[in-house]
Amino acid sequence: MTTLLIKNGRVIDPANKIDKVTNIFIENGKIKSVGPKTLKANKTIDAKGLIVTPGLIDMHVHLREPGKEDEETIASGTAAAINGGFTSVACMPNTDPAIDNEASAEFVYLQAKRAGKANVFPIGAVTKGRKGEEISEMGQLFRGGAVGFSDDGSPIKSAEVVRRALEYSKMFDKPIIDHCEDMDLIRDGTMSEGRVSVKLGLVGMPPVSEEIMVYRDIALAKLTNGKLHIAHISTKRAVELVRQAKKDGIKVTAEVTPHHLTLTDDFVKTSDFNTNYKVNPPLRTKSDVEALKAGLKDGTIDAIASDHAPHSEEEKDVEYNVAPFGIIGMESLLPVVLTELVHKKVITLNQLVAALTLNPARILGIPKGTLSIGADADVTFIDLNKEWVIDPSKFKSKSRNCPFAGWKVKGKAVNVIVAGQILI
Amino acid sequence: MTSDNKFTWTHKHLLGLENLTAREISHILDTAESFKEISTRNIKKVPTLRGKVVVNMFVEPSTRTKMSFSLAAKRLSADIVDFSPSTSSLSKGETLKDTARNIEAMGIDIAIIRHTAPGTPHMLSRIIDASVINAGDGAHEHPTQGLLDIFTMREQKGRIKGLKVAVVGDIMHSRVARSNIWGLTKLGAEVIAVGPPTLIPQEIQDMGVKIAYDIDKVIPEVDVINILRIQLERQRSKFFPTVREYARLFGINSERLKRAKKDVMIMHPGPINRGVEITPDVADGAQSVILRQVTNGLSVRMAVLYLVSGQPKSEEIE
Repeated sequence: MTTLLIKNGRVIDPANKIDKVTNIFIENGKIKSVGPKTLKANKTIDAKGLIVTPGLIDMHVHLREPGKEDEETIASGTAAAINGGFTSVACMPNTDPAIDNEASAEFVYLQAKRAGKANVFPIGAVTKGRKGEEISEMGQLFRGGAVGFSDDGSPIKSAEVVRRALEYSKMFDKPIIDHCEDMDLIRDGTMSEGRVSVKLGLVGMPPVSEEIMVYRDIALAKLTNGKLHIAHISTKRAVELVRQAKKDGIKVTAEVTPHHLTLTDDFVKTSDFNTNYKVNPPLRTKSDVEALKAGLKDGTIDAIASDHAPHSEEEKDVEYNVAPFGIIGMESLLPVVLTELVHKKVITLNQLVAALTLNPARILGIPKGTLSIGADADVTFIDLNKEWVIDPSKFKSKSRNCPFAGWKVKGKAVNVIVAGQILI
Repeated sequence: MTSDNKFTWTHKHLLGLENLTAREISHILDTAESFKEISTRNIKKVPTLRGKVVVNMFVEPSTRTKMSFSLAAKRLSADIVDFSPSTSSLSKGETLKDTARNIEAMGIDIAIIRHTAPGTPHMLSRIIDASVINAGDGAHEHPTQGLLDIFTMREQKGRIKGLKVAVVGDIMHSRVARSNIWGLTKLGAEVIAVGPPTLIPQEIQDMGVKIAYDIDKVIPEVDVINILRIQLERQRSKFFPTVREYARLFGINSERLKRAKKDVMIMHPGPINRGVEITPDVADGAQSVILRQVTNGLSVRMAVLYLVSGQPKSEEIE
């Protein structure tokens, strides 16, 4: 019997409404108790001065395996997750081949097990081959362990396909996670349309291209009573649409990325076209950033996710319009959000922990994000006051396309435990 | 020389007009003025850039800009080599970064780049040690065209401050429009962007210009009409219904010009679509300075090459 005692930490567990300095006792990889008693254990960690939370969840990452193993693998991606404080991640199915069948979902679990780091939960494709035409074998994907369905990276053009997917997935109680983008309006756009794109002469991606699809999906969620999750919400109006939909009792949830919460389209200009600011949805304006923060604060937005999208240097270090969209985020999410949102009092620490534990676990219906008795002993230790500088060259990810390089941040995950095993 | 002797040029690159001050722009124009005379000599050459190597990297086709830069470099006695994508390794899948480093390894001092993608000159300036001159990056900037347009206006009108300039046509996709707007507004001119709303983004007002959709209302009040080339493929992309309708609504013809100021200047960066954005009689008419622009382009590009090279000026120029 292996036992582990974590003592004197400030334990924050929104699932159980706990926020106090106390002890956690772990036995055989499960939470045995949370309370003031000091039980005798094989090993003891003194967490005095640290925040102790359920293992953090990043519900939106791209691990690139199979297909683009030069950019990331499940092994390197889960090492990056642990380094960033995440014990669980949900990976998107836009791999090559796509995760659109039972065996490919099982492959993700197998590779994650071999890597032995963070837990990985596959998201299955909504449509076969992510082509947007016919719905995938969701039942078999579910049996293979898929925790949601998404064609992320591409929108689903057909409203009928979204309708059927929202209906069909009700059998499994798993969300349809949509990447909302009207491609007709996007054309060959490379950044958000507005003052900056006009100055730079770059083709703009109008915010309305996202909002139209968010509205369509909400209308379809209402029609079907299906479970809809809006991936990487990025505009003010989209936040308003989700807020209203929630008021109307529609089953919709939303996530936001750290970069949409902290960066604007101005960075494309001030960086002289640095492609590490090229991301989809594109960086928007200050008023969008403010609306996203307000949406997170009032609960309109449920989760924070990185949309970790690794790209090799040779792919990214090219002309702006040739470079692929996407930036990495698992190893910068926590410090950036702590620095910009928690220390600046935009949201509380409890809200942040909920957005990274309880809420994503609920959306995906996974038994994670809690320190309940009997739960897997996944735990993250955060030093709120550790000041450091983000240096992507030190990341565990295989890729370096990070827009936060050189940022002075405050706060870091200093220890991570997965199923009772101390990984850092 | 009218330029301020105390002024020192500090830029290694010319990437756009947005980041230049009014004084710096005037300094380029003044320098170009001093180079103008060389082109009228029997032997059109000075040794200013002797021993310097200039490369023309035109990753998007061009005839006049490329030729103008070549001639400008030659008049300054630089060695100039051409590099175009059909004869380069870019088409073999080599990245621009590698190509640029290879070219630089041959020892170049100035790289002139034209590319379809905005920001490529900026990227190049981060990769190589040589000076970089933007010869047009997508719809972003075309600083030497902006400068030669402004130079021509100043030459003809004697001033820029207080001039009213209409820029007519496809503002959205035009680097010439952007460089004109930055340069002219910095020097105190008033710019009006004229064209159909599909080709004039509202946000262009943020750059200090007014927007108008009716060319006939604008014509009587302006000193200069700078007409942009209409790219015929824009029609297919739904920006306007037909070329015929565009010509009807925005084409500059002599009928329209009857209401213009007597000394209105007609400009066009070329190449011209005769009968579309401009009628032949206007293009070849007394108000047209289109060929003057081409001539002045040489002096302006000589000035730019000279300034970014950081060379001391030799006596032969005076």
